[in-house]
Amino acid sequence: MSNVPEDLRYTDTHEWVKYLGDGEYMMGLTFYAQDQMGEIVMVEFPGLNEYGIGDVMGSLEAVKTAEDFYAPFDCRVARVNEALEDEPALINEDCYGRGWLVVVRTDDPSAFEGLKTAQEYSEFIGE
Amino acid sequence: MNKKTALHDKHVSLGARMEPFAGYIMPIKYSSVTEEHNAVRKSVGIFDLSHMGEFRVKGEGATKFLDHILTNDADVDNGHAFYSTMCYPDGGIVDDLITYRISANEYLMVVNASNIEKDWAWVNSHATGFAVEIANESDDTALVAIQGPDSEKVLEKLTGTDLPSIQYYRHVNGEVAGRKALIARTGYTGEDGFELYTRSADAEAVWEAVMDAGAEFGIKPVGLGARDTLRLEVGYVLYGNDIDHTTTPIEAKLGWVVKLGTDKDFIGREVMARQKDEKPSRYIVGLEVKGKGFPRHGAELFDGSRKVGIVTSGSIAPALGHGVCLALVERGFQKIGTELEAEVRGRRIPVETVKLPFYKNGSRR
Repeated sequence: MSNVPEDLRYTDTHEWVKYLGDGEYMMGLTFYAQDQMGEIVMVEFPGLNEYGIGDVMGSLEAVKTAEDFYAPFDCRVARVNEALEDEPALINEDCYGRGWLVVVRTDDPSAFEGLKTAQEYSEFIGE
Repeated sequence: MNKKTALHDKHVSLGARMEPFAGYIMPIKYSSVTEEHNAVRKSVGIFDLSHMGEFRVKGEGATKFLDHILTNDADVDNGHAFYSTMCYPDGGIVDDLITYRISANEYLMVVNASNIEKDWAWVNSHATGFAVEIANESDDTALVAIQGPDSEKVLEKLTGTDLPSIQYYRHVNGEVAGRKALIARTGYTGEDGFELYTRSADAEAVWEAVMDAGAEFGIKPVGLGARDTLRLEVGYVLYGNDIDHTTTPIEAKLGWVVKLGTDKDFIGREVMARQKDEKPSRYIVGLEVKGKGFPRHGAELFDGSRKVGIVTSGSIAPALGHGVCLALVERGFQKIGTELEAEVRGRRIPVETVKLPFYKNGSRR
């Protein structure tokens, strides 16, 4: 049984998104996705640039596999979780907390509302 | 159906992630690959390598026989070990292995788990005409490795054998925790350490004694995940990834275990002698990744638009913090400092050939 917090929104590519207020959104990798990937050993972050919905923002290298992560909507990267530079396995240990990936900005609140709810994501991953 | 080693239940009780590997169900990791890797670099780790294969070669013709099937010189002193390749007539590698010389008439060959059946057939098919008896002791033999700079301090608590007198790549018969063991100062990590060959029935007692003796040094059980990053960091090749029946030792820069300078008549000699004279068309090299990410086994290497090689192993080097690879590249691109690009998920990652080992501070090399 995966852990899918109710207060977050989700993408088809297994990112979670949380509204922080003031046009800022935090995003990370879902519990389901980090569990599938196994131990993450390196994170490649995006620059503080603009990304279109679905653009590759960065990548995650696990022991056995690698995956890109994508922009959930049109946005600009405000900051990245530098703690992951030294400790990428924080994504495995605490994917919804200390293992967050990036904070992005958008002025369009409907972009966030258009993402999957916890229930929709749970169904999407078959749980 | 995958085999279990004598230590299988021990791994499960330690919470290891168990996965099939080379016909065995083996521990991949216990805590995290990075933590286990660092334990071996900084203090000490214990490994179950009982999946490895052991063939005992006995008889008056033992040295002659091994000199025929192995590329390295088998006529070493008693109590010495040597690394070698075993090759086909076309120079391709059957396997790479460590052989321990007990006496002129007795040797122990330790082969890769994935190659046990193939090697057994190969060795036997060439034994005709040599005065040797060969026994496959793989199922009855357990192998527990202690690796890391604190290895000697751990093992000296468990044995009466004078460990400082065992130099690198030497071995003696002794006892560990009251159980008979071949105690060898060998390993696959770039660190000081020992490999303990025991009867399978004694493996658990030896494992527990080493874990207890190592507690004060923070010993960690280490799975095959960290075994792979440890060997890659020091540039050791892995059969099935970096070398196989299509690569020769000369291409793999293992020319130092191919004794062309003697009159030893080993299988593959002709091809290797020619290849050494004419230079091979490709080489195994070490690549350092410039920037983030790392290419893995099978990633293609480019010089501009031209494909010039393929990555054979790739990982982050935990002790260095960046990606490293072993790769097969065309001759002309093997020189230190050559800049290439690896293709990963449709993107290009810059890499540069560097001198091996990647990690230069190991306690043994």
